[in-house]
Amino acid sequence: MQDEYVLELEHIRKEYGENVVLNDVSLKVKPGEIYALLGENGAGKSTLMNILFGMTVIRDTGGYGGSIKVSGQEMKFIAPTDALAAGIGMVHQEFMLIPGFTIAENIKLGREETNPTVLSRIFGKSMEQLDREKMDQDARRSLDAIGMSIEEHVMVAGLPVGYMQFVEIAREIDKLNIKLLVFDEPTAVLTESEASKLLEVMQLIASKGIAIIFITHRLSEVMEVAKTMTVLRDGELVASKPIAETSMTEIAELMVGRAVSSTVDSEGASTDLENADVVVEVRDLHVAMPGETVHGATFDVRRGEIFGIGGLAGQGKVGIANGINGLFPAHGTVTVFGQELNFSKLGDALHKGISFVSEDRRGVGLLLEESIAHNIVFRAMTINREYLRNYGGMKLLNQRQIDNYADKMIELLDIRCYSKKQRVGTLSGGNQQKVCLAAALTMKPQLLIVSEPTRGIDIGAKELILDYLAKLRREEGLTIIMISSELSELRSICDRIAIVADGKIAGILQPDASDADFGLAMSAALK
Amino acid sequence: MTISKREAPSFLQVAQKTLSDFGLPRIIIMSTFILLLVLSWVNGMNVPSLFGDVLRRWGMFGILVLAMVPGIRCGIGPNFGVTVGITGGLLGAVLSVEMRYIGMFDFIAHNPTLFGLTGAFVAIIIGVSVATVMGILYGMLLNKVKGSEMAVSVYVGFSVVNLFNMVWFLIPLTASILLFPAGGQGLRLLFNLRDDFGGVLNNLGQFRIYFGEHNSMNVPTGLLVVFFICCICMWLFTKSRLGMMMTAAGSNPEYARASGINVEKMRILGTTISTALGALGIIVYAQSFGFIQLYNAPQWMGFLLVAAVLIGGASIRRARVFDVLLGTFMLQGILTIALPLINVMLPDVPALPEILRLIITNGIILYALSKAKGG
Amino acid sequence: MSRQILTEKLLAFFFENKVALMFSIICLAAFFVSGMSTSLFFGELATRFGRNSFLVLSLLIPVIAGLGLNFGMVLGAMAAQISIFLIIVWGGIGTFGVFAAATVATPIAVLFGYLVGKMFNSMKGSEMIGGMVTGFFADGFYQFLFLFVFGGLIPIANERLMTSTGVGVLNAVDLDGNYMRQALDNVPMLNILDVAFWAVLIFTVATVIFKLIKKQPLEMFGSKGLIKLLVVLIPLALAYLLSFIFMPFHYFLYQDRLVGWMAVDIALIGMALYWVYRLVREKFIEKQPGVPFKPVAYLVLVIILYLLTLHPEIYAGLNHVQIPVLTYLLIVGLCFLIKWFMNTRLGQNMRTVGQNRAVATAAGINVDRTRIIAMILSTLLAAYGQIIVLQNFGVMITYGSHLNIALYAIAALLVGGATVSRASVKHALTGVILFHALFILAPIAGTQLMGSALIGEYFRMFVAYAIIAVALIMHAWQRTKSNKAKSATA
Repeated sequence: MQDEYVLELEHIRKEYGENVVLNDVSLKVKPGEIYALLGENGAGKSTLMNILFGMTVIRDTGGYGGSIKVSGQEMKFIAPTDALAAGIGMVHQEFMLIPGFTIAENIKLGREETNPTVLSRIFGKSMEQLDREKMDQDARRSLDAIGMSIEEHVMVAGLPVGYMQFVEIAREIDKLNIKLLVFDEPTAVLTESEASKLLEVMQLIASKGIAIIFITHRLSEVMEVAKTMTVLRDGELVASKPIAETSMTEIAELMVGRAVSSTVDSEGASTDLENADVVVEVRDLHVAMPGETVHGATFDVRRGEIFGIGGLAGQGKVGIANGINGLFPAHGTVTVFGQELNFSKLGDALHKGISFVSEDRRGVGLLLEESIAHNIVFRAMTINREYLRNYGGMKLLNQRQIDNYADKMIELLDIRCYSKKQRVGTLSGGNQQKVCLAAALTMKPQLLIVSEPTRGIDIGAKELILDYLAKLRREEGLTIIMISSELSELRSICDRIAIVADGKIAGILQPDASDADFGLAMSAALK
Repeated sequence: MTISKREAPSFLQVAQKTLSDFGLPRIIIMSTFILLLVLSWVNGMNVPSLFGDVLRRWGMFGILVLAMVPGIRCGIGPNFGVTVGITGGLLGAVLSVEMRYIGMFDFIAHNPTLFGLTGAFVAIIIGVSVATVMGILYGMLLNKVKGSEMAVSVYVGFSVVNLFNMVWFLIPLTASILLFPAGGQGLRLLFNLRDDFGGVLNNLGQFRIYFGEHNSMNVPTGLLVVFFICCICMWLFTKSRLGMMMTAAGSNPEYARASGINVEKMRILGTTISTALGALGIIVYAQSFGFIQLYNAPQWMGFLLVAAVLIGGASIRRARVFDVLLGTFMLQGILTIALPLINVMLPDVPALPEILRLIITNGIILYALSKAKGG
Repeated sequence: MSRQILTEKLLAFFFENKVALMFSIICLAAFFVSGMSTSLFFGELATRFGRNSFLVLSLLIPVIAGLGLNFGMVLGAMAAQISIFLIIVWGGIGTFGVFAAATVATPIAVLFGYLVGKMFNSMKGSEMIGGMVTGFFADGFYQFLFLFVFGGLIPIANERLMTSTGVGVLNAVDLDGNYMRQALDNVPMLNILDVAFWAVLIFTVATVIFKLIKKQPLEMFGSKGLIKLLVVLIPLALAYLLSFIFMPFHYFLYQDRLVGWMAVDIALIGMALYWVYRLVREKFIEKQPGVPFKPVAYLVLVIILYLLTLHPEIYAGLNHVQIPVLTYLLIVGLCFLIKWFMNTRLGQNMRTVGQNRAVATAAGINVDRTRIIAMILSTLLAAYGQIIVLQNFGVMITYGSHLNIALYAIAALLVGGATVSRASVKHALTGVILFHALFILAPIAGTQLMGSALIGEYFRMFVAYAIIAVALIMHAWQRTKSNKAKSATA
C-alpha cells in the first residue's frame, strides 16, 4: 500500500521555559519529494529537527506538543535510534566520518556485516567476525546508487570535502528501508561544482522514492530542486506552498518580513548624520573565523551613528566584529579615529579605544568564576591601568574604588543581583549581558562594537539593553557598531544597516527599506 | 527565562552549597583528622608535642605546596612536575655545601646562625636561579601540550629526577660529607646538613609552650614566619595587575586573549614561579628536616603536594593561598599524628600510616580529576 | 619509476619505524661496548621476552579504544598477586596451581577493570594521569589487604607466608614451595600436543554435530567450511600418532624447552611457508598485477635471517637459548587472538570509539560500555601477564612485584614505535625485544664506559621515563596542532 505522506508533523509546539520556540507547526512530506525548510537562524528549524529525531535535549526540557506520523503511523521517538529505526536519516553539516577508516567501513559504521563465530555463540553478536567482502559489496551498491565511482576501500582521510559529504549520503542510503533524509545545510561547506553535484544526487535519491527535507539558506538551490517549501519565522509557520507558485523574492520577504517595531526613540540625531565625518573606515577586511569567514568587507561608519550589521548566520557578520577586535586572524585596513589597527598586535583594538561586547558571552565575554565587580573593571585595569593603587612600589587592586564603581554600574544598568560580589556565572543571561556592557563602557571607548547583544536573554533585559544603546548614542554621541541576526532589532535602533552575504557587504540599507530589499540582500541574490 | 531576584540565597542554601562544593572526600579527610586527634588524646599521647610536630611539618611542606598555586592559577593545572624545581633546589643546596666545604663562607664562621643563613641563602640563590631557567623551558614545553599538562608534567618530572640521578653520580665535587664513603662513586643518597644550614630557620626564635609538667609544644618561629611571608607575597601577587592577568589567562584563555593578554607568556610566568617556589621550598624543607635526600627521593613529592592543595579546597582549575594553608595542615596533621598513634594502637601493622598516605593523597587527586571535565 | 616507488617505500619504512631503528642503533652500540657474549645475551633476552611480552600485549586494546596507555594495568597485576597468594594458601600445586590462579584472577581482574573503566568514563581526556593515580590509590588498599586483612581479619596459619606476628604477609612469597616456579615454562611439548590434539578433535566433532542438529549444510570450502579445521586437525593427529610410534620424536617432545636455533628455524620455515602461500595466492590465484612487494620482501628477510643464524657467533648464541615452549605459544596465541578480536564487531566498535567518540555515538555505538569492556579486557590480560611473570621469577615480591610493571611495559611498547593513539602487535613485540636488550646491556656498557654498573642502571631508568614523557608530549603536541589546523580550515 502506498501511503500518501511519508511524514506528517501536526501542530508541533515546543517551549523552552517560558520561551515558545515552536508554535503550531504542521507539515506533510510526500514520498520522493524534496521539501525545503526555510527560515532565519532561530526560526525553529533545528528545534523541529531535534523533535523529529527524538534528541534527548527535547525530552530533558519538557518534551513537545503535537504529533508525528511516519507513513501514516503515529510515532513517539524517545531516542535518535528510534527515528533511525523508523527510516529517517540525517546528513549532518559536519561530517560524522572516521578518517582512519575506509569508505566501506564508514558506510557500514555501527551496522557492520558479520559472520557468527564460536565465541559469538557464547558472548553474543559482538564477537562475530566482520564480513569485509559483504561490507564492500554493500558500500559499492550505495555508492553506485548515488552515482559515485570512487573505490570503496579508499581511506576517508585525504578525500576532498565534497566526497566526504557523498560518503555520508551513501551511508544513509545504505540503511534498510530509509524513507526520509534530512539534509542540514549540506552545501554550506562545498565548492560550487560540488554543490551542484550534490543537488543532482539529491534529485537522484528523490527519484527512487525517498523523501528529502532540505534545510538551506541558499534560495537559488531551493528554486532549483525543491518541490514544496515551508518558511518558519519566530517558531511560527509563515507559509507553505509549492515552489512553482512562488518566487525567490517572495520567499526572501517571507523569511525576514515583519513589522518594524520601533519601540526605541531614535529621533534627534539621525538628521545631521549626513554631514558627520567618517570615523571608522573598513577596507577589504578578510577574517578567518571558522564558520563566519569574511572575504573583503568594506564600509564606513560616521561619528555618532549606530551602524547595524545584519545577515544570515554563517555569512560573516559576526566575523567582522571578531576580526576588528583581533580574535581571529585578519588582514585588510581598518582605521578608527585616524589610527590604523595592527592585527598582528594582541589587544591593539582595545588600546585604540574600541570596546567589544562579544556574542560569546560566557566564553569570551566573562570570567564566570569571578565577581560582578571584578568582571566590570578587569579590562579597564589591565589595559588602562585603572583601579589600581600603589602600595610601596606594588600595584595592587584598589578594592574600594572598584566596589564603588561597580555599585554605580549595577544601579545604572539595573543588574539584578544580591551583591556585587556575586559570581557572574550564577547570573541570568540578560544580567550577564549587562555586565558585559558595563565592562565595555568602563573602558571609556570611542567606538563600541556589540555583537548579538540580545541573543538568548529575556525580553525585559532585551529592551533595557537596546534602550541603553540608543541612549548612549543620543546623549553621549558614542559611535556604535551593532551586529545582530534579528533584523527587527537592527531596524528599531540603527541609523543604517549593512547586510552581509558570503563574507561581503551585500548592501547598506536604511532601516525603513522594504522587507523585500532586506530579504534579497540576505539571500545574496543581489549579486 | 525567569526573572532573577535580588534576594540573597538563604543561609541554609549557602551552607548546603558550600558543603557540596567541598565534597565528600574532604569531609572524610577532615573527620579522619579530628578522629585521629581524639584518639591520640584518649590514648594519653602527648598531644601538644604532636601539635608542635604538625606545626613544624606545616612550615616544612608549606612553601612546596604553595608552589601549586601559581601553576593552577595560570592554567597548567596541578604542577606534578614541581620536581623539576625541587631538583634545581637540590642542586643549589649541594653546591652551597660544597662552597662551605672549600671554605668560601669561613669569613663569618664565628656566628653560627649567620653562617647557616648564608649557606641557606646561597643555596636558595643558586637553586632558584637554576629552577627559573628550567621553569621557563618547562613552561614553554607545557604551552605545546595544552590539555594534557598533567600527564606530561608527571613524566617530565620523573625524567628530570632520573636525569639528575646521573648528574649526582657524575658531578665532580669534593666535600667529603657529600661523597659516598670509600669504594663508592658519586654523591650520597642522604647527607646531613648539621654543619651547614640544617635547622637554621627552625631554630630562629624558636620557643616552647608548656602545658602542665610533661606536655609541651615546640613552635619553630623562623620557619613559620618565612612560610607566612611567602604566603602573603603570593596573596598580594594574586591581587596585583599581573597576578590578575595570569589568573584570567588560566581560568578563561579566550577571555584573556580578548583582553589583550598574552596567554602563553602568562602560563610561562606561572610555571616559572611554581618551579622557583619548588626550589625555595625544598631548601626550606631540607633545613627543617636536617638532611638532604638525593636521587629518587623527590620523585613522588609532586603527588603529595598536589594532594595537599586539593585537600585544602582547590580544584585542578582554581587554587587560593588559603587552600595551601588548610590543606597542608590537614594532610601533614594526619600523617604526623597517625604514625605514633598507630604504633600505640596497632603495633602489628607498622605500615598503616604509609597506606593512609597512599589512599588519602591519591584518593583526593582522583576525586579532583573526576570532578574536572576534560583536561 | 619502480625504483622511485621503492625508494619512497623504503623512506616511508624508515620514517614509520624511526623510534625502533634509533633504539636498534643504541642497542647495537651498547652491545659492542659491553663486550657481552652472544650466548649470554640471547639467553637473557629470550627469558625476558617470554616473561614480559604478554604484559606489553595487554596494553594494545585500550590504545586502540582511545583510552591511551593503560597505566591502570597495575590493578591487573594486583589481581594476579591476590589470586596467586590465595592459591598458595589453598595449596594449589604446579601447573595446575598456575591455571587455578589464572581462574581465580579472572573475576577479580574483571571487577577491577570494570571499576577502572567506570572511573575513566568520568574523566575522559585524563585517563592516563587518572590511571597512574588509580594505581597508587589501589596500592594503598592492596597493602592494607596484605598487611592487615590477611592474617589480621582473616586468620591464615601458614608460617611460610605470614610474618612472625601472624598478621600480614611476608615480603617475599616463594612459589617454588608449591612447585609453581616456572610451572608454565616447564610444561613438556608432549602434554601440549596431547591437549591440543584432543581439544581440536572435540571441537571439530562438536561443530559437525552442531551443524547436523541445526540442519545446516556441511560445507567443505568457503568461509564456514570444515577445511580450516581439518588443516589444523590432520597435522596434529599425525604428530600425535608419530609420538607413539617413533620413539626419538617422543623423547624430543618430552622436553619443555626448545633450543634457540631450532625455534628460530621452525619459525622461519613457518614464515616462509606462509609468505610462499601468499605469493602464490596473489600472483597465480587472484592474479594481481605488479610486483608483490610484501611477500617478496618477507621471503628475502627470511633468507637473510636464516643466513644470519649460520654465523658461528650467532649460532653459538642461539645454541644457549632455551625457549619455554608453552609460554611462547601463549604469547603467539595472544597475538593472533588480538588480531582476530580487532576484526570482530566489538573490535571494530573499539576502533571507532578510539578515533572519534561523537561519531561512534551517532552510529549507535554505546561509547561508555565499549570503553569499559576495553578496560576489562586489558586488566584481565595484564593479570594473566603478571602470572606469567611471577611463575617465571618463582618469587612474588608481595609489595613490589606490581609496582613498576606499567612503567616497563609502556616504555617497551613505545620503544617499539607505538604512540598514545596507535599501537599494534608488531610494535609490542619489537618493543619488548629492544627495550629489554637495552635493559640487559646498559649496566654492562656502563661498567665498561664509566667503570660502574650504576650509571647504566640510572641511564636505563632515565630512558624508560623519558620515552614515556616524549611520547606523551608528541601526542599532546600533535593534538593541539591538529586542533589548530581544524579550526583554521573549518
